[in-house]
Amino acid sequence: MRLIPTEEQRDLAAAVRAFLADHAPMAEVRRVAESDASYDARLWERLSGELGLAGLIVPEEYGGSGAGHADLAAALEELGAALTPSPLLATVLATGALLASGDGAAAKDLLPGIASGATVATFTVPVPGDPRARLRDGALHGTAPRVLNGADAGLVVVAAATGEGDSPLGLFAVEGDAAGLTRTPLNVLDLTRPQARLDFDGVPARRIGPGDAGEAVARALDLAAVALAAEQLGGMRRCLDAIVEYAKLRVQFGRYVGSFQGVKHRLADMHCVLEQAEAVARHAAWAADEAPGELPVAAAFAQSYLGRAYFQVARDHLLLHGGIGFTWEHDAHLYYKRAKGDELLLGAPRHHRARLAERLGLLV
Amino acid sequence: MTSTSPPDIDEYRRTARAWLESRTAGLPPDPGLDDARAFMADLYDAGYSGITWPVEYGGQGLSAAEERAFQQAASDFTLPVGVFGIGLGMCGPTLLSIGTEEQKRRYLPPLLRGEEIWCQMFSEPGAGSDVASLQTRAVRDGDHWVVNGQKVWTSVARQADRGLLIARTDPDVPKHQGITMFVIDMHDPGVTVRPLRDMTGESHFNEIFFDDVRVPAENVVGEVNGGWSAAVTTLLHERVSIGMGAARTERPASFAALRRAAAERGLLADPAVRERLVDLYLRERAFDLLNAKMSQEVKAGIQPGARGSVVKLLLADLTLDGADAASEILGPDTVAHDDEGRIARALAWGPGMALGGGTNEIMRNIIGDRVLGLPREPQVDRAVPFKDLKVGTQAKEADR
Repeated sequence: MRLIPTEEQRDLAAAVRAFLADHAPMAEVRRVAESDASYDARLWERLSGELGLAGLIVPEEYGGSGAGHADLAAALEELGAALTPSPLLATVLATGALLASGDGAAAKDLLPGIASGATVATFTVPVPGDPRARLRDGALHGTAPRVLNGADAGLVVVAAATGEGDSPLGLFAVEGDAAGLTRTPLNVLDLTRPQARLDFDGVPARRIGPGDAGEAVARALDLAAVALAAEQLGGMRRCLDAIVEYAKLRVQFGRYVGSFQGVKHRLADMHCVLEQAEAVARHAAWAADEAPGELPVAAAFAQSYLGRAYFQVARDHLLLHGGIGFTWEHDAHLYYKRAKGDELLLGAPRHHRARLAERLGLLV
Repeated sequence: MTSTSPPDIDEYRRTARAWLESRTAGLPPDPGLDDARAFMADLYDAGYSGITWPVEYGGQGLSAAEERAFQQAASDFTLPVGVFGIGLGMCGPTLLSIGTEEQKRRYLPPLLRGEEIWCQMFSEPGAGSDVASLQTRAVRDGDHWVVNGQKVWTSVARQADRGLLIARTDPDVPKHQGITMFVIDMHDPGVTVRPLRDMTGESHFNEIFFDDVRVPAENVVGEVNGGWSAAVTTLLHERVSIGMGAARTERPASFAALRRAAAERGLLADPAVRERLVDLYLRERAFDLLNAKMSQEVKAGIQPGARGSVVKLLLADLTLDGADAASEILGPDTVAHDDEGRIARALAWGPGMALGGGTNEIMRNIIGDRVLGLPREPQVDRAVPFKDLKVGTQAKEADR
């Protein structure tokens, strides 16, 4: 197993980091977050075109660069650190679902548009307890309650029940402007990451993959967990860097606040969590590429660990800033809100822990 | 120093493995001190003792690559060398870097051959986390120093032939500036070693009393009153060896063992039990992956340095939490038992990992200061002569 980045991955991360520092600094992040747009179209064009991020894990035969999930993770760490508003994560989730379906024809039709950045795609993540879209008379009905970039995606990969009751899940491709599809933007805590409710009322859909796509959906969820963990890791690292820097500058009681053990020891604990989170996230990305048998445990573990860890680090980083951290003007709340949104993006922490418990053989 | 090309390193590793396999085959299941000494002597004759140490002091003069190859080969065996660990890992390296030529020639070869066992005497009842506030005195008398005082938490002192001691040689200067390091003959009649019964009920450490022990002046290691920097070097070796080494030892309350025990007793149907097991898994697996990541970094040439304290701190927490989880899950039988009481033992052992080699609070200071580069705390005792300081729990008369 590989837990440290390759030279190519370090180069890719450095290139993305430099690009984002130039073209998507925090002022730009705030501008987009506070606007009606969910992302900046020109920035997305360059992220997908110049940097090739939209097609990174798309196989070469479908117009992508055929890189691995660990390569993608190196880039996502940087987007997570910079809080970049972009549809990359949504697109990656949809790509994962399409690839997991094993449907060659659908891949041939849909992936080239995704790889070029022309098509913004998303995936309706099935969360336990949520209402579900259902196939009835050859069309989709029902609701997907929270879909990342759901209001503006040109392609929605839907995980829907294939019949009544506990019928197996199938995967379906739906066009963003399909008849019968109503998209309602939601009010989101994390303004950098828009979500929408999708209501299906007899929406025409293309079936992708097998009639029972349960395994493909599970793998798509695992890949989503891996991708999100990389973003969470990057955000966490940026939070810790920021508060350590501040603790070296801010003086109270005639001392740098970082010299107080009450502050220093919390920062030390945050560093310990970060070191472990890095190993956990990299292990999950490695499993996605090299060890499919280990992926189910590694992915559920990654979300069980990283979700909590990022929120705690982001929360403590805000608190340790003192009053300034509670202002709108300071960036701390943006990370706090992103961390909370991320922790819940693929389901509540208890859902990840339940998946982990099941996969560790604790359910009898 | 000579270096060996990669294919030769593989050959070196294979040869070492073959030697270890045949030599350990004849060991008794529970090797005693004589077995340990004989093993060490054979290890020396085979050329695997002091692999990177200079030839003139009994070493092999090879590179870190050979050392690593040998450690890799040795990681699959249980070698009876524990009693030599402090000598080989801490005292020896200290002498190598600051000992006199004469000290190196006199002490290092017998250490490598297993003829002399070493211990390290730093901590005192009044000087734990703050070792530099030590009170054991060494007073110059002609060509000798006369030592009086008490040390504590000394491993292998009962078996030791020699030891490194730090003692106060000038109380009129600030505490770090008046300390000197000495080589002590543990067989001196003025040295009394008493086993210290710890909270496990066993004696893994000792107390040592010095009663007018006369130490020849040539036994000073490094400079007179320059013992603090020597001690810091020695302690850095300790932190790395505790954190990295202990990670390989078996944990009595591991997730796998607890899951099995819980399944056997039909406890997995209880959601609270499953929750606790998931918590333990998260900690244990994250720790194991961090260890794996750090060894990959070492292989890639990134040294852990002060990040060894991260491993030590996390291991301490994990050790305590594992025993705690085990008792919570398996219930009262763990603390009132008629068997070997593995969990009760783990509960009693737990605090040792969080205290030995630096408390958790000291680890957090090291991580804050040396990993994150945070400003240090103001030190109120840096510029005060030692004799005017409060030390340990003994407040000065004037304060009462």
